[in-house]
Amino acid sequence: MTTDLESSAPDASIATPVLEMRGITKRFSGVPALQNVNLTVYPGEVHALMGENGAGKSTLMKILAGAYIADEGEIRINGEPVDIADPGRARRAGITLIYQELNVAPNLTVTENIFMGSELRRGQLLDRAQMEEQAAAVLASLGADFAPNDVVSNLSIAEQQQLEIARALKDKSRILVMDEPTAALSDRETERLFEVIRKLRRDGIAIIYISHRMEEVYALADRISVLRDGEYIGSLTRDEIAADRLVQMMVGRSVGDFYEHHRQMSVGEPVLVVRNISDGRKVQPTSLTLCAGEIVGLSGLVGAGRTELSRLIFGADPKTSGEVILNGKTLDIKSPGDAIAAGIGYVPEDRKDQGLFLEMSAGKNIALNSLRQDAKAGVINFGTIGKIATDAVRDFNIRLANLEIRAMDLSGGNQQKLLLARWLAIKPRVLLLDEPTRGVDIGAKSEIYRIISDLATQGVAILMVSSELPEIVGLSDRVLVMREGELVGELGGTTGTAITQENIMAYATGASEVNRS
Amino acid sequence: MSQTELTPLGRNTGDRPRARSRNSTKNWLQVAGILPILLLICILFTFLSPSFLTPGNLVNIARQASINIVLATGMTFVILTGGIDLSVGSILGVSAVITVLVSLLPALSWAAIPVGLLAGLLMGLANGALIAFLDLPPFIVTLGALTAWRGAAYLVANGTTVINRDLGYAWIGNEYLGPLPWLVVIALLAIAASWFVLRRTVLGVQIYAVGGNQRAARLTGIKVDRVLLFVYGVSGLLAGLAGIMSSSRLYSATGMLGNGYELDAIAAVILGGTSFTGGIGTMPGTLLGALIIAVLNNGLTLLNMSYFWQLVVKGLVIIVAVTIDRLRRRGSR
Repeated sequence: MTTDLESSAPDASIATPVLEMRGITKRFSGVPALQNVNLTVYPGEVHALMGENGAGKSTLMKILAGAYIADEGEIRINGEPVDIADPGRARRAGITLIYQELNVAPNLTVTENIFMGSELRRGQLLDRAQMEEQAAAVLASLGADFAPNDVVSNLSIAEQQQLEIARALKDKSRILVMDEPTAALSDRETERLFEVIRKLRRDGIAIIYISHRMEEVYALADRISVLRDGEYIGSLTRDEIAADRLVQMMVGRSVGDFYEHHRQMSVGEPVLVVRNISDGRKVQPTSLTLCAGEIVGLSGLVGAGRTELSRLIFGADPKTSGEVILNGKTLDIKSPGDAIAAGIGYVPEDRKDQGLFLEMSAGKNIALNSLRQDAKAGVINFGTIGKIATDAVRDFNIRLANLEIRAMDLSGGNQQKLLLARWLAIKPRVLLLDEPTRGVDIGAKSEIYRIISDLATQGVAILMVSSELPEIVGLSDRVLVMREGELVGELGGTTGTAITQENIMAYATGASEVNRS
Repeated sequence: MSQTELTPLGRNTGDRPRARSRNSTKNWLQVAGILPILLLICILFTFLSPSFLTPGNLVNIARQASINIVLATGMTFVILTGGIDLSVGSILGVSAVITVLVSLLPALSWAAIPVGLLAGLLMGLANGALIAFLDLPPFIVTLGALTAWRGAAYLVANGTTVINRDLGYAWIGNEYLGPLPWLVVIALLAIAASWFVLRRTVLGVQIYAVGGNQRAARLTGIKVDRVLLFVYGVSGLLAGLAGIMSSSRLYSATGMLGNGYELDAIAAVILGGTSFTGGIGTMPGTLLGALIIAVLNNGLTLLNMSYFWQLVVKGLVIIVAVTIDRLRRRGSR
């Protein structure tokens, strides 16, 4: 099923690959992120790089851009081995990365941005006239509608992207990496970007295009390479792309017993009903129901709006429409405090940034939500608080020397358990979990799965956002799939659609629609 | 950065006596933080000036420190949330003038102290409301308040010195409770009450939480707005109290009373080991910080050093002390 088509790639017999990455291996504190990955890109091709979240696409591209250094492997540019030790060298080697988060200085002009770090001089002074002339020429070649003198903050996202492309052209880049370039663009802007990409292709520039959107890959890519779990799976040419096959290449692995927690299925009455909730930006009006004792997986690609939806339910962001009904009672949630008072808990995606108080003791981190209930006239009852913390440490098997240890000194897995413990101490009826096992080692993962299963058994309704498909498939009773801010699919439960990685990915990428049409 | 909290949770876990004792030693060292430096300075002055280590002079130092201690106490709350209050000196000025003016009204002289405290509280709450509800940067809000309230103090005083030779609350600034001046007693009470709030109440934990990680605090259901309103309100209230203390000592107040006091208050808090970015710090640390500043002022004056040189030395000592503290903590990691 895996096809290595380098020998039959377009013009492969005559062209030297502009880029060859061979046997690239990268480990982060012992955990392999990339293993023996190969990537060959020819001049004048659009090469799509695909794979699930966490497959290693970004890591590979960061190695190419000099942001990371590979532990093993070789990079050749135009057949010559190069040592890309830092971003400057990548730039000089003709490689430009355009990240999803654009890298422009908003308060400077277009010209100043294009020439940042390589300003033209006449003697000791800036040669503005010369720079503007060159900037204008590059912009004209891209067909850009804005002027060299425009201030960047006045440009649209699409125009800022063109600016980054212009900067790459000015640097005479031969390899352009674009990471989800259409994520923030309208349909018309996307079409414009495609025109630019096709023009660059005609000029012989190699474009590595990272996208989860099937229709874009169909529209643009000459070849596709697939990564999965940090390994190179294979490449397909344009003619061989069939959505189902591609999805299979992206997810193809079996679900181990690891995720099975053989829970007694006893889904109860609806607990949380969400109707037409929307933030007026990212999340389209969305409705969903969670039942007591049910684990509902919320899947979708990064940026599909999963985190935004859960934050909206929790009151962390203001909603523009919709209502949240708990046990038949419509709640007026204006802030997380209101949601908590009603019995809704939320474990955020980024525990260090949004969850933990790193300088505080582990004990206080656990007890934080319980302080109020046990306080008398605002004075903390250290007796019960200490007991809550000690119990949680025992129940969740949190490994720490003592309760006084700072949260920052714990491992990722123990930090995550600390956060779960904080919420469980207030006995929530609904728990929203966002990436509950991100950056957690395999042992702690398994324990966290046990905790989540136990909670469901106790009747808590759980909504779990996760980018790890095996986790979603292994734990969920029902799965909701989001794409571009909308719920586009439901699996399991009474739907009759089986919860499989393939089915989820088909909804998440829109491949199901592509197949139907 | 190391934690300088005394975490009382451990004392109820019971089953870990060893961990507890090791921790309390560690905590003691952390709170002590700047204490060796204070002792060093005291020893130095004892050798250099025979009149330094006398009971009379020590009481004098405590009295001179008292107003800064009260201001620094409020400032500690604010800096623990990651903020800053530059307006305390000006609030002190306004409150002092208002208090003396009210004390001059025969029918209302009893209300002088409540009115002075209320004025301080309201000015602090105004800062807090702008910072909490409009999300304005604390530095800018309180910088504006520093200027505006200074102007208000001159206006209320009508550009002159407001004097009351028969001040009803003169005991505050001039009488003693046992061996201690009332000024010192009040300062210690302010420290003790604030210590209690920080260590023993839910609000105290929330203050550390807001300073440690504001996003997480919000997601934990902490009403961040109210916490901010509280800390700026308390800072204003204590500045008002300091205004009453100053005016009672002087039997008068002028529009420029308290000018520049905010800087000594901030210096005391930072010397005491409170992190400028919030989330770490203690009240005892602030007390030590304020004492260092007072000892320096007193000792250098005893040595007949010119005021100009005193400023230079004081500034250098602040920087050196904080540097030593940082290096020591880094070493202990």
